[in-house]
Amino acid sequence: MKYTKRLDGRKFDELRPMKAEVGVVKNAVGSARFQIGKTVAIAAVYGPKDLFPKFLQKPQNALLRCYYNMMAFSGSGERVRPGANRRSKEISMVIEKAFEPVLDLSEFPKAVVDVYIELIQTDAGTRCAGICAASLALADAGFDMKDLVCAVSCGLVGDQVVVDLDKTEEDFEGGAVDIPIAMLPRTGEITLLQLDGEISKDDLKKAIEAGKEACQKIYEIQKAALRAKYAQEVVA
Amino acid sequence: MVSREYIESVIAKQMRMDGRKFDEYRPITIEYGISSKSAEGSARVKIGDTEVVAGVKLELGTPFSDKPDEGSIMVNVELLPLSSTLFESGPPSIDAIELSRVTDRGIRESNALDFKKLCVKTGEKVWLVFIDIYPINAGGNLFDACNLVTLAALRDAVFPALTAENKVDYSKKTKTKLPLSKLPIACTVWKVHNEFIVDPTIEEELAAHARLSTVFTDDGKICAMQKGGESPLTSEEISTILDLAERKTQELRRHFK
Repeated sequence: MKYTKRLDGRKFDELRPMKAEVGVVKNAVGSARFQIGKTVAIAAVYGPKDLFPKFLQKPQNALLRCYYNMMAFSGSGERVRPGANRRSKEISMVIEKAFEPVLDLSEFPKAVVDVYIELIQTDAGTRCAGICAASLALADAGFDMKDLVCAVSCGLVGDQVVVDLDKTEEDFEGGAVDIPIAMLPRTGEITLLQLDGEISKDDLKKAIEAGKEACQKIYEIQKAALRAKYAQEVVA
Repeated sequence: MVSREYIESVIAKQMRMDGRKFDEYRPITIEYGISSKSAEGSARVKIGDTEVVAGVKLELGTPFSDKPDEGSIMVNVELLPLSSTLFESGPPSIDAIELSRVTDRGIRESNALDFKKLCVKTGEKVWLVFIDIYPINAGGNLFDACNLVTLAALRDAVFPALTAENKVDYSKKTKTKLPLSKLPIACTVWKVHNEFIVDPTIEEELAAHARLSTVFTDDGKICAMQKGGESPLTSEEISTILDLAERKTQELRRHFK
């Protein structure tokens, strides 16, 4: 099915309005809010701290644990039943993997670093907003990182390659393919890649390239948010 | 974390760590519609460093058999580990359950929400009002924060549309507000070293020996109470606390004007 004009009027390679703020949870070691359109994620980092039970400890490294959670009222339909489910557990796991290549936790053997991601409002792209927020929160906490991690969904709506699908596009009657990706902006390496739908190899390559370009724009928003907090602190 | 002894020594000198008076709240802000895309009603409340959010979701369900023409509410507080090192992942702790139930009682027992107006079809279909509350930053006084954010989210809430077959259409909201006729407002008074304070920080909460939450309706009636902490309270102390709580709830009520 033809998709000639985006439902919300954006260009095909245009992101929704994004907002980022670093240092939003005072109790946490590091924290951030990241908003993609109407999707709002908050991430907070706690640790390094002692890890129990002991058999989970890693002799060379701290363990990174991510917890992705949608607030009960944040879904678009009925109330989301509270607590972990299969979906949230899988997303938490792939988010952990998205950060492993950049995060150096060798300074804290046997310890654990916990990253909590909460979605306050959702309109598709929740894991991407969560990763963007978590990346800023980890940087805010001051961990050694080779790079930030930027994430966006790309894919097909109807026959058209687009970036940053919202919920109405994901539910497009002519079919949609949702491809969340996470990328290291300095090298272009991809640390998260998932796909739901049916797509040709050529379109997939085009979609990923479009997603990578979009990630560079997100990178600038993330850097600006970090500067906004730390430039202030230097001046103060 | 500051030690209990130190907090007590400051209180004994008629002072507080942050310079407030014993009966003084930190600055309070209330924001409405923080999740208006998803929730039927939502709000954020900040009391000093403490920040909580709440959302209202409405679902159609069957009424209880003893109350066939009444809807119901469900209040759920989840103490997110995101908001404090004091909270852990896993099933709800007893603290979360107590907070949920005390917040629930304030709304339920004041009859602030007219449950009969939540009835769609007697004996068959009623509205169930789910109120989910989450701390974003737990910096003390969650009891009062949860009460305020619940009232704010309920004030913000509207019914979703119904289809011709009486199914909920969450994509369409009506302009009809929930039947909220009263504002039952809570004030929790904490006993620290034989003094009574309101709106404690986390350090002050951990140094306290007893607390008493009281919920007052608009006309000054008491509709819910909860005593906590390991120390007893005398009748005279309860009387002192009630006077203080009544005065403070009148002040808190101004935030909803």
